[in-house]
Amino acid sequence: MLRYTINRVLLTIPTLLGVAVLVFFMLRIVPGDIVEVKLRGDGGAVTQETIEMERHRLGLDKPLMVQFKDWMVGVVTFNYGISMWTERPVMEEIAIRLELSLEVAILATLVAIMLAIPLGTTAALYRDTWIDYLMRIVTIGGISIPSFWFGMLIMLGLLAAFNWLPPITFTPIYVDPVANLTQLIWPALAVGYRYCAVTARMIRSSLLEVLSEDYIRTARAKGVQEKLVISRHALRNALLPAITVIALEFTFLIGGLVVTEQVFNLNGIGQLFVQSVSRNDFTLIQGMVMLIAAFYVFVNLAVDLLYAVFDPRIRYT
Amino acid sequence: MTIAVSDTSAVETRSRPRGPIAEFVRQQPLGTVSFFIICAMMFAGVASEVVSPYDPLAIDFVSILGPPSWTHWCGTDAYGRDICSRLIYGSRTALVIGFTSSFLGSSIGAVLGIASAYFGGRIDNWIQRVMDVLLAFPIIVLALVVVAALGKILVAGIDINLILAIAIPIVPRVARVVRAAALSVRVMPYVDAARAAGYSHARIIFRHMAPNVVAPYLIMLTAFIAQAILAEASLSFLGLGVQEPTAAWGLMLSGNASDFYRQAPWMILFPGVAISLAVFAFNLFGDSLRDFLDPRFKV
Repeated sequence: MLRYTINRVLLTIPTLLGVAVLVFFMLRIVPGDIVEVKLRGDGGAVTQETIEMERHRLGLDKPLMVQFKDWMVGVVTFNYGISMWTERPVMEEIAIRLELSLEVAILATLVAIMLAIPLGTTAALYRDTWIDYLMRIVTIGGISIPSFWFGMLIMLGLLAAFNWLPPITFTPIYVDPVANLTQLIWPALAVGYRYCAVTARMIRSSLLEVLSEDYIRTARAKGVQEKLVISRHALRNALLPAITVIALEFTFLIGGLVVTEQVFNLNGIGQLFVQSVSRNDFTLIQGMVMLIAAFYVFVNLAVDLLYAVFDPRIRYT
Repeated sequence: MTIAVSDTSAVETRSRPRGPIAEFVRQQPLGTVSFFIICAMMFAGVASEVVSPYDPLAIDFVSILGPPSWTHWCGTDAYGRDICSRLIYGSRTALVIGFTSSFLGSSIGAVLGIASAYFGGRIDNWIQRVMDVLLAFPIIVLALVVVAALGKILVAGIDINLILAIAIPIVPRVARVVRAAALSVRVMPYVDAARAAGYSHARIIFRHMAPNVVAPYLIMLTAFIAQAILAEASLSFLGLGVQEPTAAWGLMLSGNASDFYRQAPWMILFPGVAISLAVFAFNLFGDSLRDFLDPRFKV
């Protein structure tokens, strides 16, 4: 187990370094940088001299390899530099928005799991009946309806029913839990629908697989109540593969948040990312990409290690 | 395999053997419905000029923010443009970008996946590490990074870099699945036979292995058309995809659409329905295709 853990942890390093190299060179393939957007974006007449000065100030005139060296040193020492637009440290820009996005993500996860387990289980138990078909339509709807449009529909509904508009400022949960939850539950629902759909589908298929196992027949044969067979014997084993999906989808929530935060006017990680992309803010894009990738890689690592803990067959191969 | 399926059904239902299409219709009613939705969308996209009642770009200040009516079925937007016509032209944008980027991404992914399985060893290892790096991003995040990196190149009103931005995140996802399928083909005697006969690597990959992983490839291709349409809509919604005045569903939801929640909810309603229906149809069709072609195959 120790050897497996060490191996698995070491494997994350090449992936993260790869991400760092990839994002650096991708952003610099095509000429054109933030200075153009910053100074000429509004059509203002700016001399070439001013542009060169600004480039020099931001360090964009250094040779590519020097910039690359600086970036890689920064990655290893957790110093991601200063945003080229706001002039504040990248880590600080991210940190002040992380709380909001993380809370939406966690709320979405809770909602999704609480709905997905009963939905997936019912679909599996009533396989090939109209309940199963209905569930199939609902779950495929979940992966088809864009989360940002679903968010807009929720807003439209809230506006019609309660004349409610999303507040402009964010209230942290420790200041006013009610205000906080009434603000964040809606975006959480919007991004959570897809999450719930994917998880429910996974639970349905893994439960169907488990239900055909010998030990389920044994349990039924020895007279265990059907309710207990499902909850104790089948569901527990079926949830293991579902954990993978739950964990991986959690990292992909950030993708949904990128678009949905825009709808609800939330100043979170997603909105910051969209802003930095439209401003060509290289340092901020690089920092956020590293954060998102690191998040994915470590959640993946945690899932693999947890799997090895729960399922001894993996440890010994 | 199709023959075997229709044979057993002939025994069960005691009817004459059916062709693969009739068999698909019988086994996958939802898939058939979704196929007709896709056909209708393709027709709207190809024959936009004929089908649409108005010019999608015609500004009409007399009928700004008009509700759905007999003259404007889906209402009009903030410039008085007919929403129904814009939806019809938008299906062209969605399909062109959806098809090309999914085709591009899936094909490159498939070739990489087969090559990875065929060569094995160090090449396999390198390709897989690069795919791991690309997999560390959600589709929309990687697409945004590519958009930031490449900017825009317009060819005939379509942004080539937007297609590339959506295709790149598809590559590693297809490569991984196709590689798994190709690994089982790799050990088949006919691949060894082809190598013994002295065929080139390219010939073995394209002529001997590729035809045998067509099922997963087609399934992934269809499923990723749905993802690509969704990604295009999201990027356009964020203002980083298709640009005004081109008609695109995601774009119709962005900008001033959200300023008119109260006065003109139809501006939000119809484009969203169009996106959802299109993505739904391709997802369902891909799902049914999977059940039909290869019931054991899981994505």
